[in-house]
Amino acid sequence: MLRDITLGQYYQTDSIIHRLDPRVKLVTTICYIISLFVVDNIVGYLLAGLFLALVIKLSKVPVKFMVRGMKSIVFLLLIALIFNLFLTPGEVVVSFWKLQITKEGIRQAVFMAVRLIFLLMGSSVMTLTTTPNQLTDGMEKLLGPLRVVKVPVHEIAMMMSIALRFIPILLEETDKIMKAQMARGADFESGNLIKKAKSLVPLLVPLFISAFRRANDLAMAMESRCYRGGEHRTKMKPLIYKKRDRLAYGAVACYLVLCVVCGKILL
Amino acid sequence: MGIVETKNLVFEYIRRDEEGNVEGITRAVDDVNININQGDFIAILGHNGSGKSTLAKHINAIHYPTEGTVWVDGKDTSEDANLWEIRQEAGMVFQNPDNQIIGQVVEEDVGFGPENLGVPTEEIWQRVDESLRAVGMYEFRKYSPNKLSGGQKQRVSIAGVIAMHPKCIVLDEPTAMLDPNGRREVIRAVRALNDVEEITIILITHYMEEIIYANKVFVMDKGKVAMEGTPKEIFSQVEKLKSLRLDVPQVTLLAHELRESGLSIPAGILTCDELVASLRAIKRRRR
Repeated sequence: MLRDITLGQYYQTDSIIHRLDPRVKLVTTICYIISLFVVDNIVGYLLAGLFLALVIKLSKVPVKFMVRGMKSIVFLLLIALIFNLFLTPGEVVVSFWKLQITKEGIRQAVFMAVRLIFLLMGSSVMTLTTTPNQLTDGMEKLLGPLRVVKVPVHEIAMMMSIALRFIPILLEETDKIMKAQMARGADFESGNLIKKAKSLVPLLVPLFISAFRRANDLAMAMESRCYRGGEHRTKMKPLIYKKRDRLAYGAVACYLVLCVVCGKILL
Repeated sequence: MGIVETKNLVFEYIRRDEEGNVEGITRAVDDVNININQGDFIAILGHNGSGKSTLAKHINAIHYPTEGTVWVDGKDTSEDANLWEIRQEAGMVFQNPDNQIIGQVVEEDVGFGPENLGVPTEEIWQRVDESLRAVGMYEFRKYSPNKLSGGQKQRVSIAGVIAMHPKCIVLDEPTAMLDPNGRREVIRAVRALNDVEEITIILITHYMEEIIYANKVFVMDKGKVAMEGTPKEIFSQVEKLKSLRLDVPQVTLLAHELRESGLSIPAGILTCDELVASLRAIKRRRR
């Protein structure tokens, strides 16, 4: 039951986007999100949409995967839409009871919805084409310069990758403890919210104890294999920029310039 | 001097109650003197709490001696300067397979040790391939460790240690959490390493069947070495083993009982074949 949960829904296939350096994908995603907040006209959004469509096409990830991800934000989207629609002052188009829909409101609402959809799709392209491991590696390398100001970049990346490694193990363990407690008459399903929360205590306590024990064991195993932090460490799979990564950076730069130009011309 | 040597090794830890007050001192290892030669296959036996795991952790410099000295390849483990060299030379495999795999892919986990040692990238790949082949896990190199059986996970852990090119491997009850099939897999891999690569093996276990391949056995009890010798010598003292609360393999026990009741069977029978052979010999003599 609990094993169905998958984190960071990676879509396994072989495409140019999959093969790109994770750093390129991280930077591109950030640039893309910024570009969405910079552009403020139809041409800009068309450009952003075209860019996204091109990337999705290149990534070979089926569009229905992206759409499935959208379901989780439908509610948020609706709220943003309604608020923008009714609460933007300006030239009134329709009005009933105390509510007014203005021309500016329609414009704002549509742009807001498009912006949210693009934002989510853009970042899900990244998680769909990059394994969590590559992502942590990319982050470690990208944030590397922060080490100068004493940010423990390597340690954070190591913690993230260990956490990812232990998610399935701890889920399995939760399942086991749950069954063991249910066999002894524990009830996790009935009752109100407070009762349900209380019933989780006999599940969480053993889970935490076991997690600490595992952490202790793992720390010992890591030390016995000469782990001593990020210094003197070499990489089995070092991140090296290839020609396609440089090209991708070029393409992103072009896109950003175009966005800025569009904004200037029409404003 | 051998690869591992201890002299008057004592390890004590302080027991505390829930408020942190000292309740007493437990002597987990008490005046142990052992000498292990390069290329040996050593088994250390003992029931729970006999100090065998504590002793093992001294070889990897996880614990430091309270009194006495431990040398690994001639280096004193209590000197900080030797720490990383000792941990590279004396690899350690632990009991729980899940709690010692760090990587999310088999090959990445095996590469973890060499990465820590600062081995160049190309050599890491070479070492990873070699080690995975040595334990027969090469086909699984792209798998997630979560998809492997217990025995396979333990073999990956062993490969992770071999990739650091150690001179000796300490295995702390590596088969305790495995099913019989997994146990056989792991022991087979360990024996192959000892035979082919001539790595010194120190196997800590409480399964009697696993020690018959060793060329020297230490039996521990209450922190002391209670018995020492070849498996044959150890198993010929069935009564003493029983007094140390250790089980004897069924074949050995049967042979012992037959001997007690008057059959002329040699002491210290370890395998079925040996027992059958000696029974046949008796039958031939009676005819």
